[in-house]
Amino acid sequence: MESGFLFQALVYLSAAVLIVPLAKRLGLGSVLGYLLAGLVIGPSVLGWVGNDAEVMHVAEFGVVMMLFLIGMELEPKTLYKLRVSIIGLGGLQVVLSMLGISLWSYFQGFSWKEATALGMILALSSTAIVLQSLSEKGWNRLSAGKSAFSVLLFQDIAVIPILAILPLMVTKSIESSGHGAEWVQNVSSPVKAIIVLAAMALVVVIGRYIVGPLLRMVVRSGMRELFMATSLLLIAGIAFLMQQVELSPALGAFLAGVVLANSEFRHELESDIEPLKGLLLGLFFLSVGASIQLVFLSDHLLEVLKWVGALTMIKLIVLFILGKIFGLSTDQNFIFTFSLAQMGEFAFVLFTVTGQLELLSPETINLMTAVVALSMALTPILLLITEYQILPKVGTTQVDGKKKEYDEMDENNGVIIAGQGRVGSIITRFLRTKGVEATVVDNDSDRVELLRKYGFKVFYGDITRYDLLKAAGAEHAKIIILAMNSQDDILSSARVVKKYFPHLTIVSRSDSRQTTYELLNLGVNKVYPITLDASLKMGVDIMEMLGHRKYSAYRSAQKFRKHEDFLIRKLAIHRMDSPEYFQINREMINDLEQAIQNDMEDPLLLVKEAWDEEGRKNEYTSDKKFLN
Amino acid sequence: MKNKILIIFTHPVYEHSEIQQLLIREARQKEFVTIRDLYQLYPDFDIDINEEQKQVEKCDVMIWQHPLYWYSAPPLMKQWMDLVLEHGWAYGLNGNALKNKLILSAISTGGDAYAYSDEGRHYYPVRDFLLPFRQTARLCRAYYPGHFMIQGTFNIDEMSRNKKVREYGILLDQLHSARWSSGLEGVNLELIDYLKH
Repeated sequence: MESGFLFQALVYLSAAVLIVPLAKRLGLGSVLGYLLAGLVIGPSVLGWVGNDAEVMHVAEFGVVMMLFLIGMELEPKTLYKLRVSIIGLGGLQVVLSMLGISLWSYFQGFSWKEATALGMILALSSTAIVLQSLSEKGWNRLSAGKSAFSVLLFQDIAVIPILAILPLMVTKSIESSGHGAEWVQNVSSPVKAIIVLAAMALVVVIGRYIVGPLLRMVVRSGMRELFMATSLLLIAGIAFLMQQVELSPALGAFLAGVVLANSEFRHELESDIEPLKGLLLGLFFLSVGASIQLVFLSDHLLEVLKWVGALTMIKLIVLFILGKIFGLSTDQNFIFTFSLAQMGEFAFVLFTVTGQLELLSPETINLMTAVVALSMALTPILLLITEYQILPKVGTTQVDGKKKEYDEMDENNGVIIAGQGRVGSIITRFLRTKGVEATVVDNDSDRVELLRKYGFKVFYGDITRYDLLKAAGAEHAKIIILAMNSQDDILSSARVVKKYFPHLTIVSRSDSRQTTYELLNLGVNKVYPITLDASLKMGVDIMEMLGHRKYSAYRSAQKFRKHEDFLIRKLAIHRMDSPEYFQINREMINDLEQAIQNDMEDPLLLVKEAWDEEGRKNEYTSDKKFLN
Repeated sequence: MKNKILIIFTHPVYEHSEIQQLLIREARQKEFVTIRDLYQLYPDFDIDINEEQKQVEKCDVMIWQHPLYWYSAPPLMKQWMDLVLEHGWAYGLNGNALKNKLILSAISTGGDAYAYSDEGRHYYPVRDFLLPFRQTARLCRAYYPGHFMIQGTFNIDEMSRNKKVREYGILLDQLHSARWSSGLEGVNLELIDYLKH
């Protein structure tokens, strides 16, 4: 069997490309799709890829990136607001699930040590699956999603003490988790604690003081790929640092993300990392799918099913009760409960550790790996059941409730302003005086810096990109204002928005007739040729200087504006049919010619207004006979 | 101290109105008259409220001069009233800016006196149509004795027209030195459609 890099890539990519869209079309969600694809290409079915630990390792980086992105979505303020549910709900979930699972394991014949280890490991849910599934269904903004997130966050933190406790449970001393730097492992616990704290502090310092200037420097170099490289370097560096001090890389990345949540580069970082994260997570799920051993499953089917059933039940009960206590409404509680009922990917990591510690026997680990993989695979199905079977029955207030909680969670603004040049900054300032806070995006980092100095909330990024639009909240906004200087950018943004966010009303600046035509032909109706109003205003003042009444000049300008608008729309249609579309110069002269002709013919510009007295004067002579 | 006169003038097509041009030219010759040509000042209807109030505060007599359009003033006159005559300034408990000032209307109508009689097409006399202005002045505790009027401008002959314009000049002169602590003194009441209060 071939095993070259290209062949591997071919297999993974084609499995993803072929099976995932199919799964999504069938309403199964992408996670289940990846798992299925993994199963198909894995040793159990086609055997095209092995159960490759290396691949798994790379793929785990996707989880790290995901937590980095999650961190960036969360400002420290939000995190502080969530403290009760993180510590209370998350803490209780971990402790109670652990107790329940440990007890069950103990009664299944494991020693108390093994039972405790299993309890700790299996109490954790799958951050990757849950967050991906929730956001696919749009549930991450509900209060159920918020609560689930708090629990997951606590679990991610809980991995650290678990990693610390596991070695204490055996007399055998090994190289603990096996990843840390030697000098860190050889120091005593208090010193270790100081090192860990110092590492965390270092992450904060890097995020706050070094990343910003570094990215600014990179941006000035004008090379896009360097920005991406810097983003990756940042995450890889933090993951490495965390590993050195034996912390979870995911947690370090999360911390870095939180620190960078307020950065002006947030949206750009997000849009750079997002697709990579998606790919790596996909790879991660593929690997999990591939690790499901069908033979083992069929041999120990009853055993596996028993464990999956029992563990899921324990988790469901614990979660449902906690959800109730923490005030989730019934429908929210079902979403919350069913989304977190599986075992998580940390289990695979922790099983490796327990294997090294000889805390659990290889048979147990084999069985439990199957159990975890199966329970992960079951999550999308459980959520489907929740969505289509349970929610329609209990969710009486779902629509209203959804709306309200969506607003609550919603940090996006209804208005996105792209471009902070002369045009965009005026709009931003004007809207702000009326209390309209817009999400502002600009691709000039110096300007972003300047505006931020004066307290404007500006994000750095390229608005012509789909993922940046998404990160800027295009899915939930109502209006997007395209105010960039570059006409090309305006047109490509308009195309992307029209295609992917058709609900958005586009309000666009236009600096040339070409742009106006193309925007109109794209179906953008709110087009504002920025030169028109200023030119007409000059015209009005010139008329006044020539001795005309200002109001009459003003009215003429108003009429001319309407005339021009009509004309440009007419020419835009003509332009669409024109075969010499690309002969721009010639066309422009034609346009001018046509415009001038139209100016002389348009009745709107010639007819006098209602208060013109000529007509009435003539008619009035017929009343003359009544004169006294 | 003689009275300062402020004319709030609104006409959207002033350049086409001979009679208004003559009236304004007449008024312009008096150094004690200030004219606010609103359509020239605020073609976009964005009235400078502070400046307008300052002008009003400086005057003793205010004349609202405009053609009668659809039995009322052109829209910018109404905009001026809406924006400038603020509560707490022009009226209300502490609104004393117009208190004891003299306010008149100066109106031109295309139709003649017959048209504004109960046999004419407009049926009501002009003073009836000016009721909102009269009451506005009253609410602002100003004295509104009536209105100057030039009618039948659609086909007025030159002689009667010039006579009317001269009368406007005379009225302005008389208002310059008039008193109105009890009734209007020093003004020929026939020049205005005098209202007995």
